[in-house]
Amino acid sequence: MRALIPTWDWHTIFVAPWTTDFAIYGWIFLMGFLVCAACGLAGNYLILRRMALVGDAISHSVLPGLAIAFLAANAWRTGMAAEVNGMVDTGGQEPGMIHGFAMFTGAMVAGVVTTLMIEIIHKHTRIKQDAAIGITFSTLFALGVVLISVYADKVDLDADCVLHGEIAFVSIQPFFSLSGVEIAPASVVLMGLVAILTLGLIVVFYKELLVSSFDPGLASSMGIHAGFVHYALMCWLSVIVVSAFEAVGAILVIAMLILPGATASMLSTRFPVVLSLSLLHAAVSSILGLHLAIWLNSSTAGSMVVAGAGLFGLVWLFSPSQGLLRRWVWLRKNKRSALQAESLHPPYGC
Amino acid sequence: MTSDPNIEAVRSSSGPLSMRWTQGLSDAEIPLEIHDLTVAYHHKPVLYGVDLAIPPGKLIGVIGPNGAGKSTLIKSIMGLLPTDSGWVRLFGKPNKKNLGRVGYVPQRESVDWDFPVNVMDVVMMGRYGKLGLFRRPGKKDRSIAAACLEKVHMMPFADRQIANLSGGQQQRVFLARALAQESDLYLMDEPFAGVDAATESSIIDLLHTLRKEGKTILVVHHDLPTARNYFDMLILLNMRVVDFGPTKEVFTYEKLQKTYGGRLTILSEVADAVRQTKA
Ligand SMILES: Nc1ncnc2c1ncn2[C@@H]1O[C@H](COP(=O)(O)OP(=O)(O)OP(=O)(O)O)[C@@H](O)[C@H]1O
Ligand SMILES: [Mg+2]
Repeated sequence: MRALIPTWDWHTIFVAPWTTDFAIYGWIFLMGFLVCAACGLAGNYLILRRMALVGDAISHSVLPGLAIAFLAANAWRTGMAAEVNGMVDTGGQEPGMIHGFAMFTGAMVAGVVTTLMIEIIHKHTRIKQDAAIGITFSTLFALGVVLISVYADKVDLDADCVLHGEIAFVSIQPFFSLSGVEIAPASVVLMGLVAILTLGLIVVFYKELLVSSFDPGLASSMGIHAGFVHYALMCWLSVIVVSAFEAVGAILVIAMLILPGATASMLSTRFPVVLSLSLLHAAVSSILGLHLAIWLNSSTAGSMVVAGAGLFGLVWLFSPSQGLLRRWVWLRKNKRSALQAESLHPPYGC
Repeated sequence: MTSDPNIEAVRSSSGPLSMRWTQGLSDAEIPLEIHDLTVAYHHKPVLYGVDLAIPPGKLIGVIGPNGAGKSTLIKSIMGLLPTDSGWVRLFGKPNKKNLGRVGYVPQRESVDWDFPVNVMDVVMMGRYGKLGLFRRPGKKDRSIAAACLEKVHMMPFADRQIANLSGGQQQRVFLARALAQESDLYLMDEPFAGVDAATESSIIDLLHTLRKEGKTILVVHHDLPTARNYFDMLILLNMRVVDFGPTKEVFTYEKLQKTYGGRLTILSEVADAVRQTKA
């Protein structure tokens, strides 16, 4: 029995990561937080638009986009190298600028293609949207898997990593440096930029995003093209997903998209507050997840998702407005007429 | 205003039905003009060859049976649906260029009422069109929104989450939002659905006030007996425009019969109503 529970050492689990081992765990925490924050912010819009499944689809179908982008970038670089040096560079060791650029382009194209495919299947056949999503993402994901296995030597993507990623890799990554000053591990810099841009876009286009999510009809009467907003959102979602890909993979990213917003929406009914709370959820779940991962010596991303889900559960129990506990207390108080009354006046809301 | 020769050609060729009520008005004075509008879902037309020209400053009812295409008409005017033929003009300009002058009250079911916004937020959305990109609502917008809420007697609910409102209250929030748009033409899809009699009559008073200010209001309405009293003009719609004109000319047994395709269960009541007016 004892073997099943890893040893609990307060110092290693809670103190060391913030002191002696901070150089390693600091980056891991930051990366986890940035991923959760960017995903959580964007995820709020998926939840509002009832598109959580579309997020799921995009996180999977980014894979073939990535694979094709890698191949294209390799081919291009090899061509260049061959021209310049007369020798062939096998590439794939460090993803350079070309790879980075190709990766984002590939992901965005994949995002738009996914969205388009879902819509085309849904509009032009009798197949409902959920089934259309199922068809689209499994097909595209399978295509990605095939491409990766066929071109295994040319595509620098690990099959395991594709599914659940590993945040801990950031600590062994080369640093990104600007004019000789080392700033942070390359993928932390990238994810940081994406997270800040996500927040910036939400702040700048707050009105447009809100009104086109709530009432597309009203939005388009104001000259906000709801279709354009939809595709722009899907594009940006793909960018977020692809930057988080190495860290959390295709499956865990869905949890990071949905959990913060879902948890926050149980605590407030004001959208700006919901957005801020989802950032808080991102922060708390990445801290708790980090400690959990150290304790269990397990996948960091996985632990962060487990922690995030734990928070969701806690909020569900204790939320002041919709929590199970409040419902239970309310039912106890009003035992006699509870059943009858509950059907008339649910205990939440004002 | 110089007008498009094509439109002039259409005007002179199309019958008196569509243009009768806007003769002598310049393009920019006509709030809504529709020509040969056809809209289909899955190749099945729902609106077919609709021609309409609506005079300003009128309260106009759109009536017709379920599935007649009333909501489709409103949505096409708003440019929300692909059309198969025809065009819609608002104040003399193609509809998509002039939607800023239109206030829209959709059917209540068309939005998600669990959305995390309160009553004030929704009314404030009505101001977004006037603000344009990058600008945030300011003090003036807030006071306009508050005034609009006051007009529909919803100010006490300003901070309420919209899910915790009754159906009639939700409808009034939508109305306040449309008022906040400060438009010249209002399109309302069944604003009285699920609204109690007292609210209905206060909304009607409000619409009459708007009309006095020179606004044009198009209301999809389901209740025939009240339609006769509420509206200055009626559009009878069933895939095509069966008739359009002043209520007392259009609200006749024959024309309603034609619109409702002889569905007598509804019409027997209406027939009584019509007979009563004649008596
Ligand atoms: N999204 C859609 N896809 C396919 N068919 C549709 C769609 N929306 C409406 N229709 C069809 O178009 C026709 C007209 O619909 P519309 O909603 O305009 O009717 P309506 O006059 O507003 O009816 P109601 O009085 O019930 O509101 C109906 O036959 C309906 O089945
Ligand atoms: Mg309708």
